[in-house]
Amino acid sequence: MTTITTQTITFNVFRFNAETDYLPHYKTIEMEVTSEEVVLDILNRIKWDVDGSFSYRRSCRHGICGACAIKVNGKGVLACKERMNDLIELFGTELTLEPLSIKRAVKDMIIDKEDFWKKHEQVKPYLIDEIDEHPESENLVTPKEEAQLLEADYCIQCGLCHYSCPSLENNESYIGPAAFAAAYRFNADVRDKATLDRLDIVNAPDQGVWDCVKCFECQEVCPKEVNPIEKITKLHNQVFENGVAINNVATRHAVGFAHSIKKHGLLDEAELVRYSEGTVPMLMKHGKVGFKMFKVGKVVMPWNMPKSDKLDEVKALIKSSSTVKF
Amino acid sequence: MEKKLTYALFTGCTAKESTPEQLMSTYAVAEKLGIELVELSEATCCGASHLQDYDDFLSLVLNARNICYAESRGMTMVTICNTCQLNTAMTKHRLDNDPELKARVNEKLAEVGLEYKGTSEITHFLYAIIDDFGLETLKEKVVTPLSQFNIAPFYGCHNIRPSELQNETHGKAENPYNPNSLDDLIVTLGGVNVDYEEKNKCCGFHAELQAPKTAALLTGKALMGAMDANADWMVTPCPLCHLKLDTQYEHAGHAVGRDVKMPVLHMQQMVGLALGCTPAELGLKHHVSKVNFV
Repeated sequence: MTTITTQTITFNVFRFNAETDYLPHYKTIEMEVTSEEVVLDILNRIKWDVDGSFSYRRSCRHGICGACAIKVNGKGVLACKERMNDLIELFGTELTLEPLSIKRAVKDMIIDKEDFWKKHEQVKPYLIDEIDEHPESENLVTPKEEAQLLEADYCIQCGLCHYSCPSLENNESYIGPAAFAAAYRFNADVRDKATLDRLDIVNAPDQGVWDCVKCFECQEVCPKEVNPIEKITKLHNQVFENGVAINNVATRHAVGFAHSIKKHGLLDEAELVRYSEGTVPMLMKHGKVGFKMFKVGKVVMPWNMPKSDKLDEVKALIKSSSTVKF
Repeated sequence: MEKKLTYALFTGCTAKESTPEQLMSTYAVAEKLGIELVELSEATCCGASHLQDYDDFLSLVLNARNICYAESRGMTMVTICNTCQLNTAMTKHRLDNDPELKARVNEKLAEVGLEYKGTSEITHFLYAIIDDFGLETLKEKVVTPLSQFNIAPFYGCHNIRPSELQNETHGKAENPYNPNSLDDLIVTLGGVNVDYEEKNKCCGFHAELQAPKTAALLTGKALMGAMDANADWMVTPCPLCHLKLDTQYEHAGHAVGRDVKMPVLHMQQMVGLALGCTPAELGLKHHVSKVNFV
């Protein structure tokens, strides 16, 4: 029989009402928490026992609707799934409850997710095909074809990855991991006919997949193992595989690695920047920093560029294993 | 008698080029601790997560080849770059869990007489020191405690996320929301670890060329966070984070509207200072943001 234990926890609860408050504040609440509770139980108890005006979203209580997503000590969680014991083990007995995005807070834990849904809509997250209005047979998908979706359709649109993404936090044009996962889901569907349209959208500078900072926060925070960054990488791959890569700094940066490895085994860092940017833009953008690096011995001259041993072996493998061209 | 720790060293590219001080300090610390490092001179670039965007299969083959050379020496591979660590560990994870993919990769490797078996473990030098050498043993070796310094740990993304992969690699993942390895290391060396919100955040390095505004903001916020926490200097186990924080302070400062220049040391340099290595051995002159406290 499992023993139920209790602990006293101090909660710092974000409070804000956009209709009446100019600034948010944090209310401190001490509570006895049992080892059986999840975060949603705490939100309920705050509303029912402490302050009836406290507001948050909740719905299914089974981790499938995504409504109750909030942040605890900066960690995005589904309140109905996240065990208090795990959070206490992670952060100790002082926990801060905040909405997913403070700047989008409407009332307490409730945020305006309009940006999330607009980004979602932007990538055409639906199957696009000419449909026979009177089909005579089922349109079957084989298990192998279905496996290509790589769990992308498990997304419950909770917004945890979206509001944890540092690229989005610093660039509101960026489409973001959840919408990219949705774009991949339909691009990977053999029945869909709009792959190139979607690639045009996710390939665009400033908003597209090239602005991902590769921090893996979206994979870490996802409660449904959708692994958005894996889908972002797949979209990068699709851009090249479908021959729609725009010749710009982002694509040349990726391709430049293959060139360098073929030539040296190792990456020629300075040459990669020149290849990606072009000589004049490189000097204009990075000349000052490059000179400072040169002065302290951080720049290797081309004639001193180190090479991997057995370079012939590397070249042979690149020739035989390359799968795309740019 | 204690067993001597021996690793196959995957230097990555940056330690051979723009952060020579990282390679120098790695060898200096290894010598002080009696750790033998055998350099994988055949290794190629890991692709740094960008080759993977262009040609995923090619990156798998090249990373598998690197691991093959650690296997051929019968050693655990040790990395000194978070991104090399992630890409290599991710390759190992994918090949060890997908027999069909492993067979496809081995078909290519066979053309040059190699075979990926999956027998070598992969770890970062940070975890080699903490988990294999041990913090207690390290503490006994400290000759110059760092007690007068407030030190801001900056973890870098690819050592702490995705935690499932890190767990598989190190046997015990750090908590990506509350990591502790660098903090523990600082305390072991006698320093004062400062806490700040950005210590487990992204430095922006991988978007430097493609999304410079985003990258500059991330760098600026990280430097600002450490400064506001009264850090004397920052320390990181990742040479890419180091490069971003050490050299890009001017753009970053413009992005956040503040002067955010401060010394940023490699993890190995910090350990070396406490072990009594000289500034020259640690390459402390190779910093753009001057290391002015030694």
